[in-house]
Amino acid sequence: MPLAVELRGVSFAFPGGPPVLRDVDLAVETGEFVAIAGPNGGGKTTLLRVALGLEHPTAGAALLFGEAAQHATRRSRIGYLAQRARLGIEAPVTVQELVSAGLVAGRGILARPSAEDRARVEKAIARVGLTDQSTRMVSRLSGGQQQRAFVAKALAAAPELLVLDEPTAGVDVDAQESLALLLGELHRDLGVTILLVSHEFGAVEPLVDRLVLVRGTIVFDGSPRALPPTWHDPSHVHV
Amino acid sequence: MFDTEFMRLAFAAGAIVGLLAPAVGFFLVQRRLSLIGDGIGHVAFAGVAFGYLIGISPVLTALIASVVGAVMIEWLRARRPAAADQALALVFYTGIAAGVVLISSAGALNANLFAFLFGSILTVTRGDLALVAVLGVAGLALVALLYRAFAAVALDEESARVSGVPVGLLNVLLAGLAGVTIAVSMRVVGILLIAALMVLPVTAASRIAWSLRSALLLAMGIGVGSVVLGLTLSYYGDLAPGGSIVLVAAGAFAAAAGASSLSTRLTTP
Repeated sequence: MPLAVELRGVSFAFPGGPPVLRDVDLAVETGEFVAIAGPNGGGKTTLLRVALGLEHPTAGAALLFGEAAQHATRRSRIGYLAQRARLGIEAPVTVQELVSAGLVAGRGILARPSAEDRARVEKAIARVGLTDQSTRMVSRLSGGQQQRAFVAKALAAAPELLVLDEPTAGVDVDAQESLALLLGELHRDLGVTILLVSHEFGAVEPLVDRLVLVRGTIVFDGSPRALPPTWHDPSHVHV
Repeated sequence: MFDTEFMRLAFAAGAIVGLLAPAVGFFLVQRRLSLIGDGIGHVAFAGVAFGYLIGISPVLTALIASVVGAVMIEWLRARRPAAADQALALVFYTGIAAGVVLISSAGALNANLFAFLFGSILTVTRGDLALVAVLGVAGLALVALLYRAFAAVALDEESARVSGVPVGLLNVLLAGLAGVTIAVSMRVVGILLIAALMVLPVTAASRIAWSLRSALLLAMGIGVGSVVLGLTLSYYGDLAPGGSIVLVAAGAFAAAAGASSLSTRLTTP
């Protein structure tokens, strides 16, 4: 089975700017739960964007399910929660409508939702514990609930790979812990590969198989338990 | 009021535009591209001027210019998202400057030009209505067909792109639809005010809607209501129709904002 995500000697710089990533090698196997951490400005989000084919590496190659990331054909099986997604949610959209939007890629842009689609949406909403809120507008929910609604959207398409960029930013500690438990359940029950980027990984630390610390390049890749004590707060990693 | 054919034609054309403009504007507003209609409107002005210069239908040349301008704005925006406002400004000012130069070359700085700038719904002919109806119905059908896809992109463009939704194609289609909307709406509210009919009903509806679908339908209802009430006021009050329509839409926004604020106060313990 091909790797879910693979970066081979990837370097990246924005036009005219200094290098953001230097010679990064990363392999995420199917079914793994990997957290990518590091200080702000360390290149975590850029690494993720290159891995997803949203940015071209200036050197090296990015692969998704064994195909060049920018031309990957199994994209509809990727559930993605972008860093700023829920922050801009001012549209008068209900939880149900938001989660339904997650089905467009898999079904095609002209498809009408079927009974099976509606059942999938309800199931994804139930999975994140928002059944009672499904007809409420997302903008009326708490930060933690909004975050769960976006996770449900990513889950609706039954993803093989779930990618979350800073999902805990701007939510309280309870919501962070609750999300960590949810991700643990998804990983255990559905076997979905999870790639999570965060500058604080405390809540998910007990759940992840691997921790990858990024500061321009990968400075640590292994079990969280093997992390040197002085690096335990990734925002203070200096190399 | 309906005894005269010009009023019947005006209401028919206005009703179609009242439905189409908010339906297309809805997705632009959700994507925070509310001012794109103004940019396209200025390109449409250059199209009108070019039509006068070469002696063919200004509506046809405005239609072509609007669609090309809209797609160009989208292309520039997609290439450099951080410079989206600069892309809009570039097209905006180039359009108005080209329009002024072309219109002065054609020697057409006259009343006809003002009809396009500020609207001239009372001079809509059966031929104009046929064009508005064909393009309007086609535009509304496309919105209905692609509603879910447009909504998915409007709600979370990056996630849609990662999941393989053809975001580029959808954005170009929406830009093209915006161009068509501007071109067919010129006679109703004018190039300078058309963007208002794409935005104000949507912002009003968003204040009182309970779902995305209800917001779209309410926006279309407010759009048609603004046209009908605005035209009626202009008929009986001898007022400029385009301006009256937009002022009614602005009034709808104020009423919706007031209702929303009152509702929040009453429901907050």
